Amino acid sequence: MPTIYIDNVPYEVKPGKNLLEACLTLGKDLPYFCWHPAMGSVGACRQCAVKVFKDEADTKGRLIMSCMEPVRDQMRLSIEEPEAREFREHVIEWLMTNHPHDCAVCDEGGSCHLQDMTVMTGHAYRRFQFKKRTYQNQYLGPFLNHEMNRCIQCYRCVRYYKDYAGGKDLDVFGAHNHVYFGRAEDGVLESEFSGNLVEVCPTGVFTDKTLKQHYTRKWDLTMAPSVCHHCSLGCNITAGERYGSLRQIVNRYNGEVNGYFLCDRGRFGYEFVNSPARVKKALVRSKLPEAVSREEALQEVGAKLKGARLIGIGSPRASLESNFALKALVGEDNFHSGVSDTDYDLVNMSLKILQSTPARTFSLREVEKADAVFILGEDLINTAPLLGLAVRQSVRQQPMETVMQASIPYWQDAAARELVQDQHGPLFMATLTATKLDEITTATVHASPDTIARLGFAVANLISAESPEVTHLSEEEQALAEQIAQALVKAKRPLIISGCSSGSEAVLEAAANLTAALHAQNPETGIVLTVPECNSMGLAMLGGHRLDSAFAAIHNNYADAVIILENNLHRSADKAEVDRFLGKAKQVIVLDHLHHATSEKAHVVLPAGAFSEADGTLVNNEGRAQRFYQVYPTAEDIQESWRWLAQIGQALHVPLMSQWENLDDVTRALMENEPRFKGLEAIAPPAGFRIAGQKVPRETHRFSGRTAMFAHHSVSEPKPPEDPDAPLTFTMEGYRGQPPSPITPFFWAPGWNSMQSVNKYQDEVGGHLRYGDPGVRLIEPGQNGTHRFYHDVPEDFQPLKDHLFLLPLPHIFGSEELSSFSPGIAERAPKPFVALNPLDAQKYGLEAGEILSFSLNHQTFRLPVKLYPELPLGTAGLPKGLPDVPFAEVPAWAIILKQEPAWKNQPHTIS
Amino acid sequence: MERPLTKHIHPDREPLSLQEYERVGGYQAVRKALLELTPEAVVTLVKDSNLRGRGGAGFNTGLKWSFVPMGPDVPRPKYLVANADEMEPGTFKDRMLLEGNPHQLIEGMILASYAIGADISYVFLRWAYKKAAHGIIKAIQEAYAAGYLGQNILGTEFSLEMHLHTGVGRYMCGEETALLNALEGKRAMPRAKPPFPQVSGLYGKPTIVNNVETLCCLPHIVNHGAEWFKGLSRTQDAGTKIYGVSGKVKRPGAWELPMGVTIRELVEEYAGGMLDGYKFKGALPGGASTDFLVEQHLDTPMDYTSIAAAGSRMGTGTMIILDDQTCPVGFVHNLQHFFAQESCGFCTPCREGLPWVEKVLLSIDRGEGRPEDMNILDFHTKYLGPGNTFCALAPGAMEPLQSALKYFREDFERHIHDHQCPWK
Repeated sequence: MPTIYIDNVPYEVKPGKNLLEACLTLGKDLPYFCWHPAMGSVGACRQCAVKVFKDEADTKGRLIMSCMEPVRDQMRLSIEEPEAREFREHVIEWLMTNHPHDCAVCDEGGSCHLQDMTVMTGHAYRRFQFKKRTYQNQYLGPFLNHEMNRCIQCYRCVRYYKDYAGGKDLDVFGAHNHVYFGRAEDGVLESEFSGNLVEVCPTGVFTDKTLKQHYTRKWDLTMAPSVCHHCSLGCNITAGERYGSLRQIVNRYNGEVNGYFLCDRGRFGYEFVNSPARVKKALVRSKLPEAVSREEALQEVGAKLKGARLIGIGSPRASLESNFALKALVGEDNFHSGVSDTDYDLVNMSLKILQSTPARTFSLREVEKADAVFILGEDLINTAPLLGLAVRQSVRQQPMETVMQASIPYWQDAAARELVQDQHGPLFMATLTATKLDEITTATVHASPDTIARLGFAVANLISAESPEVTHLSEEEQALAEQIAQALVKAKRPLIISGCSSGSEAVLEAAANLTAALHAQNPETGIVLTVPECNSMGLAMLGGHRLDSAFAAIHNNYADAVIILENNLHRSADKAEVDRFLGKAKQVIVLDHLHHATSEKAHVVLPAGAFSEADGTLVNNEGRAQRFYQVYPTAEDIQESWRWLAQIGQALHVPLMSQWENLDDVTRALMENEPRFKGLEAIAPPAGFRIAGQKVPRETHRFSGRTAMFAHHSVSEPKPPEDPDAPLTFTMEGYRGQPPSPITPFFWAPGWNSMQSVNKYQDEVGGHLRYGDPGVRLIEPGQNGTHRFYHDVPEDFQPLKDHLFLLPLPHIFGSEELSSFSPGIAERAPKPFVALNPLDAQKYGLEAGEILSFSLNHQTFRLPVKLYPELPLGTAGLPKGLPDVPFAEVPAWAIILKQEPAWKNQPHTIS
Repeated sequence: MERPLTKHIHPDREPLSLQEYERVGGYQAVRKALLELTPEAVVTLVKDSNLRGRGGAGFNTGLKWSFVPMGPDVPRPKYLVANADEMEPGTFKDRMLLEGNPHQLIEGMILASYAIGADISYVFLRWAYKKAAHGIIKAIQEAYAAGYLGQNILGTEFSLEMHLHTGVGRYMCGEETALLNALEGKRAMPRAKPPFPQVSGLYGKPTIVNNVETLCCLPHIVNHGAEWFKGLSRTQDAGTKIYGVSGKVKRPGAWELPMGVTIRELVEEYAGGMLDGYKFKGALPGGASTDFLVEQHLDTPMDYTSIAAAGSRMGTGTMIILDDQTCPVGFVHNLQHFFAQESCGFCTPCREGLPWVEKVLLSIDRGEGRPEDMNILDFHTKYLGPGNTFCALAPGAMEPLQSALKYFREDFERHIHDHQCPWK
């Protein structure tokens, strides 16, 4: 380890880093703007200047930019040297010549890196007495504000948006002191990761538009560590509240999972919590239109369920604790998973593969480091967006080796990208249709699931003869399989990515074979499988029967009452079937936070806490259990589903549940009763955890208005609400130091009010959190010998006359249930459509926008056609989960109905 | 006096055609190098000739070439770029070579390409040099037709493509890495060095960028040898140099002269002395981005070493004269206006500092200056130095300012004290 001398004090530092990283890792306060740990150095802002000296005798030294200087053993530098300090102060003075003095009305104020750095350098007196330059701002869509006057031209936004995230429509225009960052013209930013600009921008140019609608300063937010509920990756988030409404989601750094970034669904999908569709009071059908109190509701439920033969339907978007509570209440035999039959089979299969495959599941950090990737059947940007972003980084791995050979430090970003140019890969992808990652693949195949599976099997067979042979491959397919096999075998850290979104077990089987075959040759092989929802994996681990057996139980009069946990069944089964089921059940109790088609049919609706009003655990796609915490005390009668269920259990005298008072009781019972969840206690400290006798505050020490904010109700300050479930307070009182990472409610350090304060929480900048990255893996790779190769290679897909094979098309905005209730997300969601290959469209005499009628599983669909040139012939794409597209179990064959006469498509007129 | 570079340039005549150029010995150097010399021998020859880069930095050309990776396993294609983006204010020396004898440049480029093993070469030409563009296009076509460009030149293994690229008129493109970015179609912003273009240049491949005048020296060095080239000079810096003089002199212009003529010779002998009624007050010896030299320096030889010793830079060797009838504040303001406008906007000190300097100078010039403005100018000259900014643009901009503040400080202070410009 090299030793460097900072202001004459020796420090051991990691080799290969730059001086800025080294200084920040040592906890030094050295200001910077253009450098970003995920994006490296370019030396634009000149803010991180330090003095370096040739040797001890050198007293003059020279100024250098610490971000551009590699660490060298015995190097001597000074942060405090007067000229270095003066230069850094001047850099701020220069930036301030044009920066507006609008902190008081700027959304960034209080969490602004520029403010922090300004204070850090000591610049306070304005000498520039001329006019500032001004810009026109742009409309950028529902997620981001644009205020270019505040720009300090650090170039981070374009480097992030274009270089890191692969965006095309944000750029830098103009020159000298009139450089402009924006789009070529006003319009919605296209990237699915645009929201990160809020945090990447060191000042208030790009700010959160959803926050602006209910603006609160960071210091006035009540915040808690949380986990994103909008896909299966489990990105860590910090959620902030004020006045009982959820105000903002920001990234919560997790060195293994999301790192510095979130997708736009994760960042802006939170507004469903404030939706008018929220269930806030308990509702009993017989007592409508009046709501009932919590106690009344419990009495009512107790009475209704007394002696009833009860079944429960769980939810992939409800916490582990809530699902377990339901399972405990109704008994193992009566607990159902509450997912579609396709998802049920695929998630269970995914779980089985992860448990039996000898390969490790890569975390997102490991995905970024994979040096050859093969994706089977997943449109990652739409199913697991941040995994797609990680794959974008992985394609740089092999080309970056030439950068190392040229002795260019990997963090010298512009030089590295210049040398690499547009080399990328190897990345191979077989998907149903075109995806945004196609542009960086080595080879792409667009095919039906069976064809994708055959390609996967073919590659697996080339790597290991134990995997079955694939017959009748075309020469082209064989050549591609060989190319893929070669690239994967040659790689140091090959990765297979697949998942449930193509709706095909064969695809998963092929991925499993491929992973096992590769792993036999290279133990560094990794696998990642995506699953549909935030807790799909946890639910599968908990077990539970299929949804159709729940229907059967009611129809066969085996049961007469059902409790439905946080689940709109109309999204998981055919409407008619669900309605028949709900109609037949004598008692339907729904616990949820949103009103939907299923809750409409309930006899009792109990208001459940949304993620920000509840504590619980989610298990992500890699099997990582992560705790999310209640952000603020719940209003009205809302409480966590597991708490409702525990109370119902106590009313019904279920022995297991008799002592359940708080989250730890439920978690303990879960671990005792479900051996798969052994080790769960390590994910977070228990509620009784204290540091120096104190809990950890959810509010910053600057939180304002505590005695005033509810003065319109009462001028006497109420006793702060207690939190029996977590070692966190709902106030500003408590331990002020750094808490363990799973219960870090927000990142803040003296002098570092912005998100960049995360530097102070990491073992090294850009590394792991100092007290470990939150989450515990519950799924370990199978021991040697547990894996069996799958042997059913499907036949190649053949189109069928008068039929189309309907495939699910996921969409980042619209396919996920909860986020669709957020106005911004809803605005970005596509209108209902069915995707057709133009040749198929022609066959049916249809043009884009015209209506295709088809019958699927006895349901008739009439949807406007969108042309997808890459969609395989004989298939059609049905957007998954869009609010206005009825559920259909796909993939499945649809019968094309005779086209309706053209006049039917005309607008009706009354003559 | 030998004038190898300009011997065949006549202001009133069309440039030499290929045949005419060949008739006066053109492309003999290419024949000699490709048929008789190894690339290493060419590099050694040029190194020995002590040819220093004529674009302004004065780096030994052969030494610069020697950093290009050679051999069968190096990244390809390799590139040679002629920097013909002559944008330095007061500089018009390359224009003469470009318009006057494009084949000389092409021959030089072929020699340089051969020395470094380049596969593709570009002339990066200032957009405004329309006449030069026509000449170069024609000359490149002729050279292709005659087999001096293209595949297997003169039957050897050596092949070279050549293209003309015209810029869009950014001063920044004179900086070799910004030029390369512009040539790639990116913003003309400089790159951090290391890595140097020799290792990672155009499209990340090994690249040499040489000034036009530098390249034009090459055929003559190859034809006549290193010792001959050194002998052309009066001083330790070898060769001839195209010097220029602009300002209030009787005959502004550019002349090829032995390296090391004095400033006095240039001003009084070649430029014909100051116009009647004007007195010499100072000169920027090598273009707008060099320090003022004043009367006491008139006998300094114009070579890299001597001018540096006098506290300025040889730069492009084309001087701008400041006379006694011109306000130095206004003069410097005009320069800073140019530099502020030409800043690429990448690094903070240059992007924000130069416009501030420009505004302060304007307000002093208008009689609105304040005593504390001198501190603002001083701190910029101190902190916009090499290494503090991303590239040499702002440090170059500070050179005329810092020397003006040194030699003409009382003129600045008089503006501030009198609240008006004494020259108005």
